[in-house]
Parts: sequence; C-alpha cells; structure tokens
Amino acid sequence: VCFIPGGLDCSISFVSHVLGKVCVHGRQKEILSVLVPRLTDLTKSDCIWQRICWRLVECVPDRWMEAVVLGFVQRAPGADTLSRLLGNLVVKNKKAQFVVTQKVLLLQYCHTTAVLQNLLGYLSLDSLRRALLIKVLQELLETWGSSSAVKHSPPEQQQYISKAILICLSHLKEPEIESCRQELLTSMMEGVKCHLDSSLPQIRRLGMIVAESISSKINTDGPVLKFQYEEDDEARELKSLLVQTPPFCVVPSLPDEDRNEEADAALPLVLESNKKSHTAAPVVPDEESDAELDSDDDLIPYDMSEDKELKTKAPVYIRDCIEVLTGSEDLDKWEATVKALESLVRKNPAATREVSVELAKILLHLEEKTCIEGFVELRQRAQVAVLTTDPIPVAKYLTSQFYSLNYSLRQRMDILDVLVLAAQELSCPKSHGKTKHSGAQKPCIQLLPGSDSSKDWRRIVDERIKSKTRRFATGQSQVELAAGPNEFNSVAGHFFFPLIQHFDRPLTTFDLLGEDHFVLGRLVHTLAVLMYLAVNTVAVTAMGKALLEFVWALRFHTDSYVRQGLLSCISSVLLGVPAERLLEDMTEELLETQSWLGDVVEKDADGDCRRLALQNLLLMENLKKKLRTVPS
Amino acid sequence: MALPPPDPQFVLRGTSAAVHALRFSCGGQEPDVPVLFSGSENGFVHVWNLETHRADTALDGHGRKSVYCVETMGSRNRLLSQGRDQRICLWDLAEGRTSVTDSVFTENVGFCRCSLLEVAEGRWLMATAARALQEVQVLELPSKTSVCTLKPEVGAKLGMPMCLKLWQLNCGSPPLLLAGYEDGSVVLWNLSMGKALSQLVCHQEPVMSLDFDSEKAKGISGSSEKVLSIWSLNEQQNLQVYKTHKLVNAGISDITIRPDKKILATAGWDHRIRIFGWKKLKPLAVLDYHTATIHCVCFSDHRNPSGRLLAAGSKDHRISIWSIYTQT
Repeated sequence: VCFIPGGLDCSISFVSHVLGKVCVHGRQKEILSVLVPRLTDLTKSDCIWQRICWRLVECVPDRWMEAVVLGFVQRAPGADTLSRLLGNLVVKNKKAQFVVTQKVLLLQYCHTTAVLQNLLGYLSLDSLRRALLIKVLQELLETWGSSSAVKHSPPEQQQYISKAILICLSHLKEPEIESCRQELLTSMMEGVKCHLDSSLPQIRRLGMIVAESISSKINTDGPVLKFQYEEDDEARELKSLLVQTPPFCVVPSLPDEDRNEEADAALPLVLESNKKSHTAAPVVPDEESDAELDSDDDLIPYDMSEDKELKTKAPVYIRDCIEVLTGSEDLDKWEATVKALESLVRKNPAATREVSVELAKILLHLEEKTCIEGFVELRQRAQVAVLTTDPIPVAKYLTSQFYSLNYSLRQRMDILDVLVLAAQELSCPKSHGKTKHSGAQKPCIQLLPGSDSSKDWRRIVDERIKSKTRRFATGQSQVELAAGPNEFNSVAGHFFFPLIQHFDRPLTTFDLLGEDHFVLGRLVHTLAVLMYLAVNTVAVTAMGKALLEFVWALRFHTDSYVRQGLLSCISSVLLGVPAERLLEDMTEELLETQSWLGDVVEKDADGDCRRLALQNLLLMENLKKKLRTVPS
Repeated sequence: MALPPPDPQFVLRGTSAAVHALRFSCGGQEPDVPVLFSGSENGFVHVWNLETHRADTALDGHGRKSVYCVETMGSRNRLLSQGRDQRICLWDLAEGRTSVTDSVFTENVGFCRCSLLEVAEGRWLMATAARALQEVQVLELPSKTSVCTLKPEVGAKLGMPMCLKLWQLNCGSPPLLLAGYEDGSVVLWNLSMGKALSQLVCHQEPVMSLDFDSEKAKGISGSSEKVLSIWSLNEQQNLQVYKTHKLVNAGISDITIRPDKKILATAGWDHRIRIFGWKKLKPLAVLDYHTATIHCVCFSDHRNPSGRLLAAGSKDHRISIWSIYTQT
C-alpha cells in the first residue's frame, strides 16, 4: 500500500473501506502488523502523514469502526503513537467513542495492561480528550463501587477495572483532581465498603489497593489511607500502575516504597527535635587506667556459673493448671502454664478425661493476659489436645457452643478449626505418638490444617483426583504405615451432626444465613473436611446423605466462598462414601446434584466455582466407570 | 578456679512480713552493740541485735502500713522511718525509749524513699516526693521548714520521682539532689536555685534506684529492665552516660555503693544479690540465697574493715547478712 505525497488530493475513503472490511473479518493482525509500523514511522515527524492517517480512520464506516479501533489500540506500541495515529477520532466519531470509553473498559476484560495503558494514555494526551478521561474514571469508579458488581462479577473483571482506575488516576493532573475530589472521596468510601465485605481475599485486597491509591491522590498532604495486606507480585504490579513513566523507559518505577521511606524518615526527625535532654554517646572510658595500679585487681571474682535466667516453673498437674488459668494473678506462672499445657494434657490422658469439658471451656474463653509469642497457636494446640484425648464430651460441648449466644465470630471460627485439626489427628494412624505429618488413610496426600483460604481444599481435591485417575495400585510400594484402629470412627458423628443441625436457626447475635456468611463459608469448608476424614468410618453414609441435603438447601447462596465450600463438600462426599453406598442410598440426591453441577459449570460467575464443579462432574464420571467395570 | 560464692554469715528471721528497708548502725563505741534497723510491710521497724541475732525491739509507728525507708540521723538513737501511711516519723531511741518525737505528713502515696543529708551539726536536709505528681520537696530537719520544691518544667513528662539522693561535694559546698524518675531519666537539681542543672535519660523503664559517688563524680542507676546504667558528672555539672551493663534477669530494686567505694551491691527481682567492683563494674559475685525478690541491700558502717557486713532484705521475710570482700 503506497501513497503519493505532496500536493495531490487523494481520496482515502476507499482505503478506509478496505481496511474496515479486512479488520471486521478478523484479519486485523495481518494487515495492521504491516500498516501500523509503517504509519508510525511516517507520522513521526510529518504532519501531512498524520492528517492522512486520521482521515484514513475517520472514513471507516461505523459498522467496522470497532474492529479497526480495537486493532489499532492493541497494536500501537505506546499511547503517544496511538495519539498520532488516531488523532481526535474519539471526539469526532460516536462509535469510536463508545468503543473506547465503554466497550473496552466496562464490557470486556480480556485485554492486557499494555492495552489499557495505551488507551488511557491516549485519552490523556490531548486537552479535548481529557474530558473523556474524567468521564471514564467516574464510570469506572461507579462500577467499582457498586456492591452488586463486587458480588457477582468475576475476579478477573474486577482486577481489570481496578487496573484501569489506577492508570486513570496516574494520568490525572492536580486541577482535575481538585475539581472532582468530593466525588472521588464518596465513591472510594462506598467502594471500599463493598470490597471489604467480600469473603474472597483477592477482592478485599484489590479494594484496599485501589482505595489507598485514591486516597493518596486526593490527600497529597496529610494522613493517607493505609491498609495492611500481603504484598506480592500482583499487588506490586498494581501499585506500579499509579505512576506514569516517560514514554521511552519501559521499566515501571515503584513509587510507593519511596513515599513510605520518606514518611518513615520524617518521623524520627520529628521525635529527635522534640527531645530536650541529651542522650549523648557514651564517653569512652579512660585507657590510661590500665597503667595505674588497679585496686580492683585485688578483688577476685567468685564462681558465677550458676547465674542463669530465671524461669518460673510450670505446674505439673492438670488440676493445678486449671487453677492457675482461672484464678491466679501471678502472670509469670500463667504464661508458663499456657506454654506447658498441651504437653501436660497429652501426657496425662486419664487425668485430662476427668476435667476435659471444664478445660475446654476455660480454653475457649482464654484471653491473652500477657504478651506471649504464639498465644493463639498455643491455645489452639491445647484445645486440640483436649479434644483428641476425650472426644465425645468435648465435641458435644464445642458444637453446642458454636450455636450459642454471645460468642465472637473469632471464637466460633476457632471452634471449627479445632474440630478439624482434632479430626485430622484422630483419623490418622498413630506412629508412636508422632501424629503431625502423617498422611490420610490412603497414602501420599498431606492434609494441611484448614486456616484461611479455600485453596488448600482445592489442592487436596486435585491431588485426590490425580491419584484416583492414574493410580494402578501403587500404594503398596510405600512403606506400610503402622496400622491402628481409626479413632475417628467412633466420634465422627459427634463432630459432624451437631454442626449441621442448627444452621438455619438464627440467634440474636448470630445468623448464619444472614450477615455472618463468612462464618457460614467456614462452616461449609469444615463440614467438607470432616466428611473427607470420615472415609472408612461407619457413619460415613449417613453423613454423606445429610451433607448432600445441606448442600441442596444452600446451593443458590450468593457468596462465592460459600459456594466453593459447597462444591468441596460434594467432592468429599464423592470421595468419602463408598461407591456402592452412593448408588444405592443416594441416587436421587446424586442426580439432582449432578444437574446442579452442570448449571454451575456453565453459569456461575466465579472461576473457582466453575472449576470445582467440573472436577466434581469428572469424579462422578469416574465413579460410574469404576462401578461399571466391577462385576456386580 | 573460682571459688563458689559464700553462704550468708547468718540470717535474721522473725519479721513475718516482707522487708523493705534496712539500715546499719555499727559505728558506735563499746558498750554499744552493733544493730540493724529493718522496716517491714506490716508497719514495724525491727531493731536487730547483731550479736545475738535477735530483734531487741519492734517499733510500731505507722499504723500497720508498710515501712519502706529507714534512716539513722547521726547516731543509733535518732531514727527516721517513712511509711505508706504518708508519714515520716522521727524516733528517739535513747535509753530504751521507743517514742515518736516528731512526724512529717508528706501527703505522698508513692514509694519513693526519702534521702537525708547532714549539712551542719544537728541540721539535716531531707528530700521526699511531694504531694503533686512530679515534684520533690526538700525540708530542713528538725525544724521541718521547707527549703525548696523542685518542679520539673511544664511539659516535661518525667512521671513520679522514684528515688532520690542528696549529696554535697564536701562540707561547705552547696547541696545537690539527684532524682530518678518514672520515665527513666535522672535529673540533677540545684537546691538553692530550685532548678534542674542537667537531665539524662538512662533507661527505657522507670529508674528504681540510684547511688552516687561524689568523689569520683560517678553514679549508677538500676531499673526494671535488664540494664544497669553508669553515668558521670563532668565539670559543667552535666550528666553523661559512662557505660551500661547488661544483666541476666530484669529488675533491680536497690543499689548501694560501699562506703569505701570499692564495691557495690544490687538487689534483684530474680532473688539474687550481685556484687560488682565499683571502679570498672567488674562482676564479682552472685549471691543466691533468697527465694523471692530482694527489696533492699545495705552495707554496714563498721569502723573495722574486717567486720564489715552486707545485709539484704527480701519478700520472703528474711534478712541475710553476708561478709564479703572484707580484706581490702
């Protein structure tokens, strides 16, 4: 394609038509990979070529405009190049404006960060287009801040919108920020509330990062919003979008670290200037004292090897521990008791059984009196020790307390964690007391104690599926684990059924189906684990049936964390209940579940939910195949 | 090969309460028996006979409120005791009497031990914590007239005064006061002008006790943390940190330097008495006898160096008496 420059009037509309038609047929890549670099070079310094280029794109008919504009936006090496190539197309052409400001940003989310940078940079480079930039930012913030969007749109889209917001913010200049400061503040407040409400940690973090960025832009002096979250590559990448680098250098800088360092440096200076007294450096002791007769030499030191750190002794009996924890004012002793409690409980099972419920009660309500390192873990380990030593009464107590009034959410979740850890311990074969890292009944899988995210359960299910589908009885090549009776067998029901019973009965302070959906999510995950650990126990079929009914009742829950938990429950049922029992006793439930799973795979907004549902369907298929091959 | 630390020479029992204050009076001539005064938590001041190792008398002057400071004024017959009943009592013990001759109502509910200094024959200066939070008042005894009140400047967050020491370089020079405060700083006050000459932050925690050697212009302070701080006073009357010493266990209740300035003793919350050489703070011994925190230590004022003793009073109701480093 070759143009004749200089003096001649040429009609470009034919070329525009060709370009448009080619692009709309999907050949953007081929034609633009040749055209765009050529045009970039030609338009670098020559304004005639620039005008020709602008005419070229302006003349593309509306029905093909989208394909062309998208192609350019994706192909252009930088925002300034895009500006040269497209000119003020967005202002002049309605369709182009719609594509650039609405479609790419709000309706699609497949584009890369570079595309976003190009697009938004392009909008910012000309004063005519800047008005569009502000409008775009307002619309993005509206979407970001709407609670229904946060709940129902996929995490990838939310991330895309957050990136777009950050890039917009980086382009805004002072006077523009001034003019829309109030709106920015309001949208930030609303948006951060919706984000923090979410059960998924990724969404929460996105909300925090964007809110921090907005706050730092609108309050350039004075205190800015600062959240605590995990800094990883994603967070750093997002934050790096806040600063615009000059067009030539490609490496993004990390402004936030610098800003934080400055803030930190300012503080010690302020503190030092406030101090009036001198904290002078110590005066170097006189060296010449070596020369003079040192009468201290006459004094011979005594043996001081016995001088060690003083350690308070912890009590040696369980009942003494109870006394110290409930009554004693002696904080050293209290600390020593908390540290020693777990091992004492494990060494004295008979004594613990006498006072198990009391001890469980004390531990559930135990609050940190002094600042011990790892207090939460110490308390949890002690609770697990008590629960494994005397499972039935303590489980009864704990599950009843889970549904009682006046406990904090943290305490209820602690109960769930303790039940899971104890179940894990009980269901593992004990190799002479070392229960920590032993695998489940079927070897090679390490169960990780459920802490926060649902990722652990997914990993377990994945590994489980892998082992199920590929294994050809290789289990026996492992060293035989010492066989022992499955202690979880007799108590699995006691752990499981009380938890599942009252979930739909709201209390004044605790409503699982209402506000406390985060705890519901944790409960569901806990039930999934308990189900999984109950494999090979007698109660497993009854548990499976109850769990499937539970899942059926909650299957349309709006919180994606809860739905992920429900899907893990189904996995656990499929893996835990023996196949024959599944088919005989739970046929209808299985069929209903299968149809629901199919629905989830197609329509659920959350990617993790879809994946889990797909895995469950695969599991079901495998089961069917397995049953068909076994001669009945 | 180092010898194991010595055992106490003897132990005084019978106070039936934690011992908070100790003071020797052994400098008298024959036939005066060397005595040790002790103040206990049950409000009694016991007078111990160091030859029979028994308490000769028990003085009850503080309404069963804890006595946390005991001082002699010149001789064993003039005693001063300070208690939690907000009173300082002056006793006349001559010829077997046990009467309170005078008392000062300090209106202070703290634990700061008062400090005495004899500035002239029969005239004493006494510094105690005053009623207002950060103030120290200096009275003249026996007239009980106020000499000055030392107020830190507005905005200085020193907290309560925790320990005091009045001193003067020699007989004629003006008296000065060293005060350790709750915020960890030590302040040098000029009494005639009533203002602070120097302030030094020695500790992160409250200063529990301090002692000062006026000849070497060096002092030492202990706190509830693990560090002993040694500071010096230069010619411009400025305090500077000289060195610090880290302890094995945190918490010092009392520090005292022996009158011959050779060694010093610290009373620890870890039930141990530590002896250091004063010149370079060389650790010399760790005396481990008590089973609860030690509240006070005191060196005796025997004229004969070989008879010198060290006493320690503890929460376990016992007073241990030690004879250590008496050869120098």
